[in-house]
Amino acid sequence: MRGSLREPMDSISESFRAAASLIASGDATLGAIVLLSLGVSLSAVLLASLLGLPLGAAIAVGRFPGRRAVIVLLNALMGLPPVVVGLVVYLLLSRAGPLGDFGLLFTPQAMVIAQTILILPIIAALCRQSVEDAWREYEEQLRSLGAEGVGAALTVLWDIRFSLLTAVLAGLGRAAAEVGAVMIVGGNIDGVTRVMTTTIALETSKGDLPLALGLGIVLIAIVLAINAAAYLVKEAAQRKYG
Amino acid sequence: MILPLRLEQVSYQSIIEPLTLDLEAGPSTIILGANGAGKSVLMRLMHGLLAPTGGRVTWKGENPRRHQAMVFQRPVMLRRSALANVAYALKLAGASDAARMAADALREVGLWHLAHRPARVLSGGEQQRLALARAWALHPEVLFLDEPTASLDPSATREIEALIRAFDAAGTKVVMATHNLGQARRLGDEVLFLHQGRLVERAPVERFFTQPASAEAAAFIKGELPWV
Repeated sequence: MRGSLREPMDSISESFRAAASLIASGDATLGAIVLLSLGVSLSAVLLASLLGLPLGAAIAVGRFPGRRAVIVLLNALMGLPPVVVGLVVYLLLSRAGPLGDFGLLFTPQAMVIAQTILILPIIAALCRQSVEDAWREYEEQLRSLGAEGVGAALTVLWDIRFSLLTAVLAGLGRAAAEVGAVMIVGGNIDGVTRVMTTTIALETSKGDLPLALGLGIVLIAIVLAINAAAYLVKEAAQRKYG
Repeated sequence: MILPLRLEQVSYQSIIEPLTLDLEAGPSTIILGANGAGKSVLMRLMHGLLAPTGGRVTWKGENPRRHQAMVFQRPVMLRRSALANVAYALKLAGASDAARMAADALREVGLWHLAHRPARVLSGGEQQRLALARAWALHPEVLFLDEPTASLDPSATREIEALIRAFDAAGTKVVMATHNLGQARRLGDEVLFLHQGRLVERAPVERFFTQPASAEAAAFIKGELPWV
C-alpha cells in the first residue's frame, strides 16, 4: 500500500526529467506533432479572421432587424463546446453526410474546418465590440469631415488594428488549446492528424507520461508566448499611438 | 458662398420645437442655453449630422458640406501623428497636396512643434487646438463649435479663444454653442437663446446681456453670472 502511494510521486518527477530531455533533444515525433498543431490552428485563425473581422465590423456599424439577437447569439457562441462542434462537423463530413464526397474526415483539413467554426464567433464578437466602441467615438467627427461608408469603416478598422490583433490572438489561444473538436474530426491518427492536445490525452491514458508532459509544457509555453506577445504589442501601441 | 443658412420650421423629435431662422455671413453667432436646452442638437441639425424630423435646412451654394467644419467638445483624433490627422481631413476634402497644406496649417496656428507627435497622447488643450488646426486647414466658410472649451483649464481656454478669433478675422462665420456667458460676450456678436428646445430670443450680444427681452433669458443670465 505504502509502495503504491510513493510510486506516482516518483513517476511524476521521473516523467518531468524524461519530458525535459525529450524537448532538449529536439525529438522528431514531438517536433512533428507541434508543427502540425501550429499549422492547423494558424490556418483556422487565418480563415476565421478573414470571415470574422468583416462580419464583426458589419454587425457593429450595421442597423438591421434582429441585430440585438445576432449579437446575443454571437456572444453565446463564444462558449461553444468543442466536442459539439466536432460532432457537427463529423456529421457533415462523414461518408453519409452532405459533404461526405469530399473525403475530408480524419484529415488536417477537417480539423481546420472544425477549429475555424469554433473560433469564428470569438473573433467576430470581440471585433464587433471593439469596432462598436470606436465607432461611437469617431462617427460624428468622421461624418463631419466627409468620410462615409467603406472609407470610414476602413479608417476605423486601421485605427483599432491593435485591438483587433488581441481578438485574433484570443482565437489562436482557444484553437491551440482545444482537444474535443480535433479529436473527433481528426481521429488522432499517428503521423497524420495527431496534434499536441490529442496526443496528451492519448498518452496520458496509455500511461506514457513523458511525451504527454513534454507536449503539455510546449503547449503552455506557446499559449504563454502568444499572450505575452499580445500584451506587449498592445502596450507598445498604446504608448506610441495613444 | 453657402450662406445664408435657412432653417424653416425645423424640429427634431421633442428636443427642438419648430424653429425658423436665417444665419447670415459675418457676425459670430453664439447659441446660449442651459444644459438640455437643445444647443448641441440644433448645431448638429445645421451641420447635417442629424436630419430634422420636421421642416427644412437649406444652404445656398453647391456642396455645402465641403465648406463647413465642426469642432466638438471632446476632440476625436485618429491614432496617427498630429500632422497626419490634419492631412487626413484635407485628403477627404479632395486636396491635392494634403501633406504640405497640413504643415502650413499647423505652422499658422502655432502647433508645428507637435506635428510629428502622436495626436492622441497630446494634452486635452493641445488636442483641441489641433482640432481647430484641422478645421483651419479646410478654410471653411462656416465653423461650428460645440462647447469647445468646456473641459479645458483657463490657459488652454484662452488659446482656443484666440484661435476662434483668428477664424473670425479670416472671414469664417463662427457658430458656437456654450453656456459660458463670459465666453459668449468675448467672442459673440449675436446670441440665439434656447430654452427647452424653443428659440426664445435672438439679439445682439450687448443688448442680450443688458436688456434681455424674455423672462427665461433674464433668469438664465442672473443664474449663471456669479460663476462666470
